[in-house]
Amino acid sequence: MNRLETLFKTKDQEIINVYCTAGFPELESTLPVMRSLQQSGADIIELGMPYSDPLADGPVIQSSGSTALRNGMTIAKLFEQLRDFRKEIAIPVILMGYMNPVLQFGFEKFCKTAAAIGVDGLILPDLPEREFETEYRAIIQKHGLDFIFLVTPETSEERVRKLDKLSTGFLYAVSSSSITGKDKDFKAVEKYLQRLQNLKLKNPVLVGFGIKDRQTFQSASKYANGAIIGTAYIQAIESSKNIEATTKLFLESVLK
Amino acid sequence: MINSITSFNKGTYKQPNIFGYFGNFGGAYIPEMLHRNVEELATRYIDIMYEEFFQKDYHALLKDYVGRPSPLYFATRLSEKYKTKIYLKREDLNHTGAHKINNAIGQVLLALRLGKKRIIAETGAGQHGVATATVCALKGVECVVYMGVKDIERQAPNVARMKMLGAKVVPATSGSQTLKDATNEAIRDWINNPNDTHYVIGSVVGPHPYPDMVARFQSVISEEMRWQLKEHTGNELPSKIIACVGGGSNAAGAFYHFLDDLSVELIAVEAAGLGVHSGHSAATTQLGKPGILHGSKSLVMQTDDGQIIEPHSISAGLDYPGIGPMHAHLFESGRAKFLSAKDDEALQAAFELTKLEGIIPALESAHALAALKQIHFKPNDITVLCLSGRGDKDLNTYMKVMNVNAE
Ligand SMILES: Cc1ncc(COP(=O)(O)O)c(C=O)c1O
Repeated sequence: MNRLETLFKTKDQEIINVYCTAGFPELESTLPVMRSLQQSGADIIELGMPYSDPLADGPVIQSSGSTALRNGMTIAKLFEQLRDFRKEIAIPVILMGYMNPVLQFGFEKFCKTAAAIGVDGLILPDLPEREFETEYRAIIQKHGLDFIFLVTPETSEERVRKLDKLSTGFLYAVSSSSITGKDKDFKAVEKYLQRLQNLKLKNPVLVGFGIKDRQTFQSASKYANGAIIGTAYIQAIESSKNIEATTKLFLESVLK
Repeated sequence: MINSITSFNKGTYKQPNIFGYFGNFGGAYIPEMLHRNVEELATRYIDIMYEEFFQKDYHALLKDYVGRPSPLYFATRLSEKYKTKIYLKREDLNHTGAHKINNAIGQVLLALRLGKKRIIAETGAGQHGVATATVCALKGVECVVYMGVKDIERQAPNVARMKMLGAKVVPATSGSQTLKDATNEAIRDWINNPNDTHYVIGSVVGPHPYPDMVARFQSVISEEMRWQLKEHTGNELPSKIIACVGGGSNAAGAFYHFLDDLSVELIAVEAAGLGVHSGHSAATTQLGKPGILHGSKSLVMQTDDGQIIEPHSISAGLDYPGIGPMHAHLFESGRAKFLSAKDDEALQAAFELTKLEGIIPALESAHALAALKQIHFKPNDITVLCLSGRGDKDLNTYMKVMNVNAE
C-alpha cells in the first residue's frame, strides 16, 4: 500500500495538504520547509516545480516560482535536494508542475527518479486526459506513482466520473473555475462540494484554490476529505526569518 | 472536405486530426479550468463557421467593412531590383492596417453565436488588439486587451487606438512583459471568467481548435490570391509565397489554399533579432525544441531545463518564443522553408520598399521583404509576398533610424 492510500485509510477528514514552491524563498529552503510542514501537522506536501509560464497559478505562486528560478532551481537540482529526504520525511509528497520542463527532463527519467527517491504522486495540470491515457499513464504506473486530476465546478458529472476513474491517490477539486489565490464565495463552493460528495467517487476529494484560513478550511472539510493550501502559505513564508516558527504558527491558525 | 476536420491519424498539412494534431504538433494541453470553454469551441466551431448565415455575415463584413478583396499588386520596381516578378498581397490596406482583422471578425461573430458577452485578447504589436477592439466597437461588446508593458511602450499609437475604440488595455507585468506574457494573462482572465467570455487568440497558436480556426479565418488571403493570380498571370499557382512568421497567422492564411500544390514553394521568415545565435532572437525553428507552450505542442524556444526563453525582435508582432503547430509540422516535414531576417535587415527592407514602391510596411512584414535578398529567383518566377500590415504603428522606430542616418 502506498503512502497516500495509507494516509486516507487512517484519516479521512480534515486532511491538510500544503503547497510550497521548491527552491523558495531560498534555493536551499526546500527541505527545511518540508521538515517544518511535517512537524507542524501537515498531512501531505505538494511540492511545486517552478515554471516560467504557470498558466494555472495565480500571481503569488507565479512570483514564488520566478524567485525560485532566479535562485537557480531546476528539476535536476530538486531531485538532488530530495535524494535522501525519506530519511526524515514520512508523510506523502507529491510533485506539481507543468508538462514542458518535465518533457525536457525526459518523462520516463522523471518518473523513475521521482519514484526512486520516494515521491508518491504527480499533478501536471496541463497534461490532458487523452494524452495521459494514450502516452503517459503506462509510464507513470510502471513507476508506481499516483496521478491526480483536477475537477472544477464547470466539469460535467460524466467528466468528473471519468477523471475520478483515471486518478489515483485523490481527486483535486478546484473550488471555483479560477486561478489560485482569489477570494471565493464559499456558499457556492459548499454547494459544489455537496454535489461532488453525492457522486460517491472512488477517490478521496481534496479542495484547492482559495483556502486560506480556519474558516475556509473547515468549510471545505465539511463536504470533502480535506483541503489544499498554497497561496496563503507562500505569503506567510515569503518574508519569514524563521520558517519553522512561521509554519507552526500558520498551521495552528488553520487547524486549531 | 472543407467543412470538417480530417480523421486521418496524422492530420494533413492543412488540417489537424480530430485531436488537433498536425503531424507531431498541436493538441490541447490545457488545465481543467479551461476545458469546458475549449471543448465547446472544438465541438462547435466548424458547424458555426460554415452555417450559411454566418458565412454571409462574415463575408459581408470582409467586403464592406474591411475592404476585401485586398489587392494583389504587381510591384514593378521591386521586381526590377530582384530581376523577377513580385506581387504584394496588400493586407496592409485592410481596415485597421493588417491581416489580423480577418480573424478578429470571424472570432467575434463566432463568440456572439456562442452567446458570449465579453471579449478578451492578447496583443504584441497592437494590431490584433486594435482589430479586436474595432470589431467589439462595431458589435457593441465589452473588450479587454492584454499587452506586455514593453510593447505598450513601443507601440504607443496602437494603445491609443484601442483606448479610443473603448477597449480596456491591461498591462502584462510578468515575465518578459511581451506577447508571451500578455497571452498568459489573457488565459488567466479566461480561467477566471469561464461563463460569459470568449478569448480571441490572435495567431495560429494556442490549444486546438484555435490553430485550425484562425488558419481558416485567415485562409481568405490565399483564396483571393488564387483567382487574383489567374487574372494577372493566367495561372492560379505562383512559384513562391513568402510571409513573415510570429505565431504564423498571416503565413497560414497566405499558404493555406496552396498547401497541397506541391509545386508552390512556401517560404516563412522568422525574426532573427540581433542574430540567430546572439542570444537576442525570435527564430523559433532554428533555436526551438519540441515543447508545450500556451496549450499546444510545437517548437518552442526554451532552456535545457524547459523554461521558456524570452525572445527578442525589433518587431513586437514577431517577438514570440513559439510558432503555431501547423508551421512546426510544415517545418519538420520540409513542406515550407524557414528563413530568418535580423532587426537591421528588416529595417533596411522597410526603407527599400518605401523608396521603390511608396509603401511603408509594418516591421513584421519587413522581415518577409528582407528575405528577398536571401532567395534565388529566376526571371520568370512568380512570387507573392504577403504584406501583412502597414507601418504607421512603427513610425517611431523608423524615425529613429532616419535621425541616426541624418547625423
Ligand atoms: C502586421 C503584422 N504582421 C505579422 C504579425 C505576426 O503575426 P502572425 O505571425 O500571426 O501573422 C503581426 C502581429 O502582430 C502583425 O501585426
